[in-house]
Amino acid sequence: MPDWKDEVEEIIHQGKISVPYTWTVGSTLSRFYCELRDSGKIWGNRCPSCNKVFVPPKVKCIYCYKDLNDWVMLPGTGTLETYTVVRYEEPMLHPRKAPFVFGAVKMDGADTAMVHLIGDVDPEEVKVGMRVEAVLEEEREGNILDIKHFRPIG
Amino acid sequence: MIYMERVAIIGVGQTKYEHGKQGNFAELVFEATSKALQDAGITRDDIDNVVTVSSDFWDGRTISSMAVSDASGAFDRDITTVEGDGTFGALYGMMRILSGSFGVTIVASHHKGSESNMNIITNTAFDPLVERKLGLDAVSSAAMQARRYMSKYGLSEEQFALVSVKNHGNAMRNPLAFLPMEITVEDVMNSRKVADPLKVLDCSPVTDGACTLILAAERQAKKLTRPAKCVWMKGVGHCSDAYRLGDRDLADTRALKDAAKRAYAMAGIDDPRRQIDVAEVYDAFSYMEPLWLEGLGICDDGKGCEYTERGYFEFGGKLPVNVSGGRLSSNPVQVAGLAGMAECVLQLRGEAEERQLDGAKVALVHGINGMCGQSHCVWILGK
Repeated sequence: MPDWKDEVEEIIHQGKISVPYTWTVGSTLSRFYCELRDSGKIWGNRCPSCNKVFVPPKVKCIYCYKDLNDWVMLPGTGTLETYTVVRYEEPMLHPRKAPFVFGAVKMDGADTAMVHLIGDVDPEEVKVGMRVEAVLEEEREGNILDIKHFRPIG
Repeated sequence: MIYMERVAIIGVGQTKYEHGKQGNFAELVFEATSKALQDAGITRDDIDNVVTVSSDFWDGRTISSMAVSDASGAFDRDITTVEGDGTFGALYGMMRILSGSFGVTIVASHHKGSESNMNIITNTAFDPLVERKLGLDAVSSAAMQARRYMSKYGLSEEQFALVSVKNHGNAMRNPLAFLPMEITVEDVMNSRKVADPLKVLDCSPVTDGACTLILAAERQAKKLTRPAKCVWMKGVGHCSDAYRLGDRDLADTRALKDAAKRAYAMAGIDDPRRQIDVAEVYDAFSYMEPLWLEGLGICDDGKGCEYTERGYFEFGGKLPVNVSGGRLSSNPVQVAGLAGMAECVLQLRGEAEERQLDGAKVALVHGINGMCGQSHCVWILGK
């Protein structure tokens, strides 16, 4: 293809889309966030059919499609199943400056992992299988960042 | 067995894949679609139905298909859209033909990653009520999947690096590829760390481009074009896993196994290790190629990297994988799987020029949608 820019000046338009949203959190996650905000407790819910415990909780079991009405309070501890040390900056997204750690924590008393930040540790010292616990924010607003991060136990 | 009419791919057209392409979305689609019509030897008058593949968020406009309706030949015709990978668009195109309601079908996909910000866009794929606030994106979540795969099977970063070496090397034979490179494992290991264990050269580049396929039912295909141009859609399967990353074992390929099983059953493939001659497998990140090859049943779980080390998936190997250079050398996101299908069409027709494999009769193409391969689409194509 001939390079048309030899003949025509290339014009670039800058743009930006900024749209406000009001997200309804729904019955199940509202209860999860209220408990987290008001009592500082992490709750999951159990499937009456396969007994799997989900955290964050769900309306229905993804395996059995049964209602999950059986709520379970979790100790907030778990095992680091996998992690990454994020080394790039993306200020619009990242709650911390790089390098910082994202991890998937298999929660004690649950069958699912919670993806969250891993903190209070040198990123280079993080290991798969590490025991961790949730650290809560003092001022809580009813969202996932009410958990400040998970930190190593001991 | 229910009789089902056969559907052929009768034309393919692609732009060159680049970063910062000069044309706008419509110009890219005009180019790919004109080439595909020319390849099939038909005109726009022969087209009855258009499926476009695009992403509103990536394009920065809602109902993004409308912006390329003229370019994809849809003016005065029916147009419908799949948001996701091109393999799913091809599936929808084939289903529309098999419904009996539509004739010759265009599947046109475009992507201009260079015009926006991949991290911010892929962050919006996450649940705004849970993970989005954490700042996760496609790269950081893939990095967690890579680590999980490594620790589950005792794999090393060097083993993943080999995939990058192979696919960038393959791109040297593909004039349409964006990043042909002769590199070594050491180059990959020494490239800038992005999100451990992933380095820059483990990650696919932000890429622009478009690809169009033309599909036709057997009767029309035979009327409109020469048998040499026809590549048959012999089997297809798709399946999806849980949305939330924490609900999955990220190294478990259950959804892909299911998709592959369905595609193989439809195509009459009972031994994929022996019956497939060439494969285009989703490799947006180096570790994905061996992981998905396990899910496709080409090797046992945890053995993909061993096969890569033995040269099994090399250009001259037993089953060449990503001879186009793969997504590691060009990753126009929504176009990726469709480009894989176009590559396999060229291979099966014997038109792949410098990278032509001898005697390729059966090809496999794999595309994914969603973070860390939430859903998979597997195609078996054949002459």
